[in-house]
Amino acid sequence: MDFNATLLILDSTLRLSTPLLLAALAGLYSERAGVFDIGLEGKMLAAAFAAGAGASVTGSAYAGLFLGVIVSVLFGLVHGFASITARGNQIVSGVALNFVAAGATILLGQAWFGQGGRTPQLATEQRFLGSEPNFAAELRDIPVLGPIVSELVLGHSLLVYVAFAMVPLTWWVLFRTRFGLRLRAVGENPAAVDTAGISVTWLRYQAVIICGALCGVAGTYLAIAQSGGFNNNMTAGKGYIALAALIFAKWRPVPVMFACLLFGFLDASAIRLQGVILPMIGRVPVQFIQALPYVLTVVLLAGFIGRADPPRAGGVPYTKER
Amino acid sequence: MTNTLPPWVNYFLLPAINLLVAFVVSGLVVVAIGENPLRAAWLMVDGAFGSARGIGFTLFYATNFIFTGLAVAVAYHCGLFNIGAEGQALVGGLGVALACLWLGAYVPWWLVLPAAIAMGAAFGAAWGFLPGYLQAKRGSHIVITTIMFNFIAASLMNWLLVDWLRPTGQMAPETAVFADGGWLPKLTGLLNLFGAGLRNTPLNLSFFVALLCCFLVWLLIWRTRFGYSIRTMGLSPSAAKYAGINPARTIVIAMMISGGLAGLMALNPVMGDLHRLTLDIVQGAGFVGIAVALMGRNHPFGIVLASILFGMLYQGGAELAFDMPTITRDMIVVIQGLVILFAGALENMFRPQLSRLFSTMHRRGVAPETEGAA
Repeated sequence: MDFNATLLILDSTLRLSTPLLLAALAGLYSERAGVFDIGLEGKMLAAAFAAGAGASVTGSAYAGLFLGVIVSVLFGLVHGFASITARGNQIVSGVALNFVAAGATILLGQAWFGQGGRTPQLATEQRFLGSEPNFAAELRDIPVLGPIVSELVLGHSLLVYVAFAMVPLTWWVLFRTRFGLRLRAVGENPAAVDTAGISVTWLRYQAVIICGALCGVAGTYLAIAQSGGFNNNMTAGKGYIALAALIFAKWRPVPVMFACLLFGFLDASAIRLQGVILPMIGRVPVQFIQALPYVLTVVLLAGFIGRADPPRAGGVPYTKER
Repeated sequence: MTNTLPPWVNYFLLPAINLLVAFVVSGLVVVAIGENPLRAAWLMVDGAFGSARGIGFTLFYATNFIFTGLAVAVAYHCGLFNIGAEGQALVGGLGVALACLWLGAYVPWWLVLPAAIAMGAAFGAAWGFLPGYLQAKRGSHIVITTIMFNFIAASLMNWLLVDWLRPTGQMAPETAVFADGGWLPKLTGLLNLFGAGLRNTPLNLSFFVALLCCFLVWLLIWRTRFGYSIRTMGLSPSAAKYAGINPARTIVIAMMISGGLAGLMALNPVMGDLHRLTLDIVQGAGFVGIAVALMGRNHPFGIVLASILFGMLYQGGAELAFDMPTITRDMIVVIQGLVILFAGALENMFRPQLSRLFSTMHRRGVAPETEGAA
């Protein structure tokens, strides 16, 4: 593969990793606080619809982002209510919200816009598009380094930089702040946090809200940065890939980024590898590459490439002792 | 908290209230679209039960949900949360389709059926075996593994259908249509006994296979030694271990039975209706199975009732989409999600209030008697 083709693949790797990264970090906050969330997919989808609809109705990308985040946080609060206050089954709640999002986005989209469940095509100024600064063109002339900087580093959508900036921020919040310490504690041993006089309920709600907000950004990215409007089921399993990345990274922020980059890279190369014959292996079916993140996660969970221990109190509703 | 409620409240009133709330919220969605929710509700019920054709479709959908509901329930009795029925049913479809493709041209359906049942169950069980084995032996979390296996199954089947099973010259990723032996008889004649001149509904013999499975699952869980081990494992893994039950073996076998039941679901769409294998035979039935098992309180009888309810949603929803063009078929998915949310995740929302209500009623009911005695 030549230099330019490699650059192109890496460039689309970044773009494809962004929603995964945002959603996986979202899951990180929630699951570190002891609330399992398989509803990442549904929240992203609902946010994508809200962002697409919002941006087309108001004509502003920022209004779209705002709506996307609000709707996703509302979904998160329902999940929080079910799993924290009502002490329901978190998996069932996640499944349910995925269903509601999948159905409601198409149903409302068709009823409101009448375009087969899509939201209207957005104009350029209603989207989060990247723009290359002026010096990018001059940089391009520098051999090797020039194209790398101008293609890979510059000119992405704002939300791409937000996603990658969230990685060190999340690390700092989780491991260097009091809030982060408590958040992690509530996912490992909520009784201890409770004994210290800190509200388990409020901490978990905070985590669920952050999770909703990040999923909202992820959905917004899909709808109004990567494409010009919402499409039916446009998340297409990305929420589950993000979940896989989260587990693959063993619930740690920096490895989450690398896992998302890996899965984004697989996605970016899947199409290019179609029909290509690799030495020793032969023709690789594209479906195999698509399934690879899931297979890797299963292999990891089985302990063959290290152990992945989830937060100990994950999935268990906390009941104060009486 | 649970002990204060009489069984009929636990098994009927509480699910009924949760269901009602789910329907009310669904009604609000209909209002958001600008339609009359009461008329929509009537169209659904009428579409599902108003005609022999409607009943045929309702029971056809219910058949799918009985299988997946039983699958989820068997795993649940063992303390396992199998959300991989979706993938197990898809892979089970491969087993059913291979039996029908190989044998369909040579022998009649009643000889193909046992083979299709055996292959569908075996393929589904194989897909349930790995998550079960990984949970039992390697400590993987069954929920996560089964989610991953759903996607792996979809990719695998996509690859098999595109690269291997698709007849040459055909674009769609699906197998050839089976020969006559791969067609299960329809139950249209049976429905016609009730006095309707029906030509065709998809309801077929696999409905009775589903009912038979209900009986067998009841027998297994409550009347056999292995069922006892399953239930003991589900209630207390440590007690089961002390009682000499092999936890790993119980988990793996329970997951294989669960996967096998999910795999049998494929009989209904593949051999009973489409007569070929396509990628979208399951259509979310695996996830509906979770709701069905929850609402049916993991008992075969409850599962049949809950399946009919969800079958009604599917058929009624289709009719609704036909009669109210502003409401698409996706309304079903929304209602389904809300039912899973309120009847599943929020099932205990009204329990404290009901407990309080019943304990005060109980006290009042008892108090006059004691006074009279004194």
